[in-house]
Amino acid sequence: MNDHAPSRDERIAGLKGLGTSRRRVEDARFTQGKGNYVDDMKLPDMLFGDFVRSPYAHARVTAIDAEAAKALPGVVAVLTADDLRPLGLHWMPTLAGDKQMVLADGKVLFQGQEVAFVVATDRYAAADAVELVEVTYEELPVVTDPFKALAPDAPVLREDLQGQTEGAHGPRKHHNHIFTWEMGDEDGTEAAIADAEVVAEEMIYYHRTHPCPLETCGCVASMDKVNGKLTLWGTFQAPHAVRTVASLISGIAEHNIRVVSPDIGGGFGNKVGVYPGYICSIVASIVTGKPVKWIEDRMENLMSTAFARDYWMKGKIAATKDGKITALDCHVTADHGGFDACADPTKFPAGFFNICTGSYDIPIAHLSVDGVYTNKAPGGVAYRCSFRVTEAAYFIERMIEVLAIKLGIDAAELRAKNFIRKEQFPYHSALGWEYDSGDYHTAWDKALKAVGYDALRREQAERVAAFKRGETRKLLGIGLSFFTEIVGAGPVKNCDILGLGMFDSCEIRIHPTGSAIARLGTISQGQGHATTFAQILASEIGIPADDITVEEGDTDTAPYGLGTYGSRSTPVAGAATAMAGRKIRAKAQMIAAYLLEVHDDDVEFDVDRFVIKGAPERFKTMKEIAFASYNQAIPGLEPGLEAVSYYDPPNMTYPFGAYICVMEIDVDTGVWEIRQFYALDDCGTRINPMVIEGQVHGGATEGLAIAMGQELAYDEMGNVKTGTLMDFFLPTAVETPHYTTDHTETPSPHHPIGAKGVGESPNVGSVPAYSNAVQDAFRAFGHIHAHMPHDHARIWKIADGLGLHA
Amino acid sequence: MTKMHLKLTVNGTAVDCLAEPRELLIHVLRERLNITGPHIGCETTHCGVCTIDMNGKSVKSCTVLAAQADGATITTIEGLSAPDDLHVLQTMFREHHGLQCGFCTPGMIIRAWRFLQENPDPTEEEVRFGMAGNLCRCTGYQNIVKAVLAAAAEMNSAKEAAQ
Repeated sequence: MNDHAPSRDERIAGLKGLGTSRRRVEDARFTQGKGNYVDDMKLPDMLFGDFVRSPYAHARVTAIDAEAAKALPGVVAVLTADDLRPLGLHWMPTLAGDKQMVLADGKVLFQGQEVAFVVATDRYAAADAVELVEVTYEELPVVTDPFKALAPDAPVLREDLQGQTEGAHGPRKHHNHIFTWEMGDEDGTEAAIADAEVVAEEMIYYHRTHPCPLETCGCVASMDKVNGKLTLWGTFQAPHAVRTVASLISGIAEHNIRVVSPDIGGGFGNKVGVYPGYICSIVASIVTGKPVKWIEDRMENLMSTAFARDYWMKGKIAATKDGKITALDCHVTADHGGFDACADPTKFPAGFFNICTGSYDIPIAHLSVDGVYTNKAPGGVAYRCSFRVTEAAYFIERMIEVLAIKLGIDAAELRAKNFIRKEQFPYHSALGWEYDSGDYHTAWDKALKAVGYDALRREQAERVAAFKRGETRKLLGIGLSFFTEIVGAGPVKNCDILGLGMFDSCEIRIHPTGSAIARLGTISQGQGHATTFAQILASEIGIPADDITVEEGDTDTAPYGLGTYGSRSTPVAGAATAMAGRKIRAKAQMIAAYLLEVHDDDVEFDVDRFVIKGAPERFKTMKEIAFASYNQAIPGLEPGLEAVSYYDPPNMTYPFGAYICVMEIDVDTGVWEIRQFYALDDCGTRINPMVIEGQVHGGATEGLAIAMGQELAYDEMGNVKTGTLMDFFLPTAVETPHYTTDHTETPSPHHPIGAKGVGESPNVGSVPAYSNAVQDAFRAFGHIHAHMPHDHARIWKIADGLGLHA
Repeated sequence: MTKMHLKLTVNGTAVDCLAEPRELLIHVLRERLNITGPHIGCETTHCGVCTIDMNGKSVKSCTVLAAQADGATITTIEGLSAPDDLHVLQTMFREHHGLQCGFCTPGMIIRAWRFLQENPDPTEEEVRFGMAGNLCRCTGYQNIVKAVLAAAAEMNSAKEAAQ
């Protein structure tokens, strides 16, 4: 034995496994400008594609004249729907069971819709040619309001569906109606509300917004006609799904398609969908025989790919006089735009919105959602959210506040009174979920204590009194939010996208010298998978995280998986990683026993080695075992040390948290300033606290943007009013507050390492905290509810409506 | 379109190339000179991912014409250091988790590099204001601010030690 043998604690620390704030391995290349994003790619003879887009939100396309464009030097081709029709590619299936025009087929349904695809030798020639394509439009009446879209005499938007009374999700009630989705007990809920002592009602609108990652969507398609192989590099959050979809719609055999996601400059749901740009680039590469690059500009990104939210949520919440909730009813009018391209699991056309009973023990509930077509862009993606969970959390956290006002009791107390209690888990919600674990009261108490809640309420009351005396023009808002997320989609029995079960995967190869490579079906867009998945593995197999390469995103090498969105990577692929690691460990145990000349059951795993039970001085390290697996003929065992796991989660995971925002509001200008933001997250087992904190900071900043100004706004003509970063609010370092993070730790009982996922919690949880802060500031003056986003003008209007400017 | 002959000094090296006068500097850097550290995020000067240092000032290269840049001295993230000798800002961004997807990072660091020359001992508020032209969607800025302040402290103590 070595005299300086490291202690057990030193060996654990050396692994940099679970619970370590390990510095990120990705950062070396990113800090030196050596990231490899799709627009960095340059292939010989590469062409550039660019779209002619519709300036109208609803119009017939009666003629397209591309002759002048084609005559421009450098222009190689101009594709229209007529060119795609013979291939059957002028329309494509959406992830939601609908179909979408790839290029305008006779009409356009939203401003910015793709009309023609110009291919040229460089991006300037392509842009020049776009200007020269003459399109003749015949304007049609525009509908941007989903309620107006359902009027009997509303214009027919989807003529292709006329007369179809059955949609992908059941009967259609109107020519602009997509589906009705219903959950819970309608009659029982109605009766409970009729009998209730107190009922609060409110229409809660979660406005249309956009994930807006700093890198827009794009791809490079390269069809190699010699070997018949198509390679598609792009900003894909789900590369394997893109491969399967590309194969199904192009007819190219799946083994002849390789999809690669290089580094991705943020996704947040924007890069889940399949967009016309990808299809057109593939076709253009097949037609020209050359690689074709297509990269959106910012305006195209905001106008055409992947909006989020746009839910009108009408709620009724019933309670006893002393504040025990007895029933909840919610009806949603969901604006899906011109095509239903929501990215949700097939059986959930409104995502997991039925988590809208939130963190509360509500005995009976009913939910119905009507999806509606309008002349707005398609999308409906989960913007840092697990499929409409943000909308659900915002809805219930506003309804709780509205109920508290009606009851005249404190909103923190009302929450505590109705939380699902620790001993009720696993808890079956009235709308059909089984919450795996939680300890809400402990988290809530910790949060209230941390911010000094009672003192804040006293200060607020004093401020109101001072305001009324004319001594100040600033009010204080205390924004409370307690959220339960549902992430980790999901069990194959009820979660699929286009028929693909939402399992995920990990494949591990241990090299002879004891280092390793792990490949996963997910793809990082900034989450730091290369760092954190290596940590999971380090703790499972006793090989230092620094000696493990994590690789994702290349469908030719990575095992099949459904990708990264909906906070599913840690709950699903993270579980697959742990399970694959356990397979490695099981084989390593047999090898160790053989080398130590004892029975398999006589050795046990200890950090980075197998030791003989009761004689820990006799051991074989994982390094020794790895080498032995390659150089010894072990009876009954194949050589090598590799494993693969496809993990089908038995349930979702249910991270939760308590967020509190303290905000100063200037009544005369509507200007707000966040004095304090406290975020407590419980994401179960914590893999890398530094990365978790970073996720919370970022998600809470997205929430700040959404709640306080970010909006995809349309005028009545269907013009996008917020198509650049001048109008579309992304906070700078100046208006972004300092965040205080905190945690409790309630491991998931069914996840191999107890982890629940955290990436989306801060977006889900922070939006109600900001919005509640604004509305709470005005509670003393009779304010009940106002819609987001709370930009300065809208806050000023709340104050004005309450007569505070008189 | 007729091309013009551009002469630039990029990351300490004299380079020349042909470009259309209307070409944006970011395209010249990325596509003609293969300097892909600076990125493109908005093409309207709002996001700052294309930030470079030009003639001693932070500049958003998506709204500078190639013709305007003729004769300029330019530093990009690639010119800040060698892989085995990182600039303290690069080290601190990693140490304080000041980046996630990495897309804003080259612009962010090159802006911080100029900012700390303009204001070597800033307060947190000054960092937030001085970096406000560079957007980040991932980090919420908190750790970026921390990284810049830590780099300033490190650079100042190194300066003191040298005196």
